[in-house]
Amino acid sequence: MGIKDYSDLNDIHMDVLRELGNIGSGNAATSLSSMLAKTVDISVPKISVLDYGQVAEQLGGPEMMCVGLMLSLSGDVEGMLMFLLQKDFTHLVLNALLGESLQDFSEINEMGLSAIKEIANIMAASYVNAISSMTGLAINITVPDICIDMVGAILSVPAIHYANISDQIIYIEDEFHSMEENLTSHILMIPDVNSLGKIMTNLGIEI
Amino acid sequence: MSNIVVGISDLNIGKGSDVLVTYALGSCIGICIVDPVTKVGGLSHIMLPSSTLNPQGNINPMRFADTAIPMLLRKMEAAGALRIRMKAKIAGGAQMFSAIGNGSLANIGARNVEAVKSALAKERIPIIAEDTGKNYGRTVHFSPGDGVMHIVSANKGKWDW
Repeated sequence: MGIKDYSDLNDIHMDVLRELGNIGSGNAATSLSSMLAKTVDISVPKISVLDYGQVAEQLGGPEMMCVGLMLSLSGDVEGMLMFLLQKDFTHLVLNALLGESLQDFSEINEMGLSAIKEIANIMAASYVNAISSMTGLAINITVPDICIDMVGAILSVPAIHYANISDQIIYIEDEFHSMEENLTSHILMIPDVNSLGKIMTNLGIEI
Repeated sequence: MSNIVVGISDLNIGKGSDVLVTYALGSCIGICIVDPVTKVGGLSHIMLPSSTLNPQGNINPMRFADTAIPMLLRKMEAAGALRIRMKAKIAGGAQMFSAIGNGSLANIGARNVEAVKSALAKERIPIIAEDTGKNYGRTVHFSPGDGVMHIVSANKGKWDW
């Protein structure tokens, strides 16, 4: 047995991944909250195994503009972590950190990009640390790479990475909201198939 | 006329005043082919260069440049297009993130462009316009009626080929 394909995941596995997403994003929200000095909430993560076209639909349609940040996971768990920040959320972050207001994505300068990357870096580290200490697995992350484009085009990057393995990708989706303004952004954690088995075994879950 | 949406790892054909659309190409490629006489056109949205990347062979042939292009041509021929008159325009193959060190992702856009060119060369279909590479996403609207490939980018505006 073992997990060879995403379709091998049962309900218990899905619950475990949801819980990992919960803990990871809880931690990430806390660090975001302290950086922005604002309350940040998260909703219960969604776990989906989907075609990547459907993912773009769910995130607001393939042509919706957003800031995409990508980090690779390596070590005991391999995969990717992606941040997709919508405009209002990006505005909130830049406003809180640099006092800038953002009408359009084209206005973001080097300083802004660097600030967003740093936020992603810190959130990713807290996300991964939480998962790492819960599972006892060592996970390394790279520094984030950033682009501002259509969500469909951004998602083509992980989709292509997984396309020769499977028609589908699994992703753990966390939604962040800021209390005052109800702004949304997403973190997607996309683990490799091989890493799912390790996560489950280390948590004592039968695979 | 009607808008015909081509999804990811998908292809379709249209005729006359139809418009074939594929959204948000990143490193993927949109291949537009038209027979200007019958005005039969086709659009294919591929993700990867070669079906040999998938040794199990159980994945959608419309995903790969080397299998999708022959499939699209057959479909166009079935609709009355003539191979000898066909011309191609291609778009996409961007590198969305600048610093990807990861082996399978490095330069996938450029590899896709190469694979599409060689698959088209194999079928003896000339490429008369190309909007590939760089670092931004593109939506393609292709009109078989006049053969125009209209590109909409996120940050850089829109233009025709």
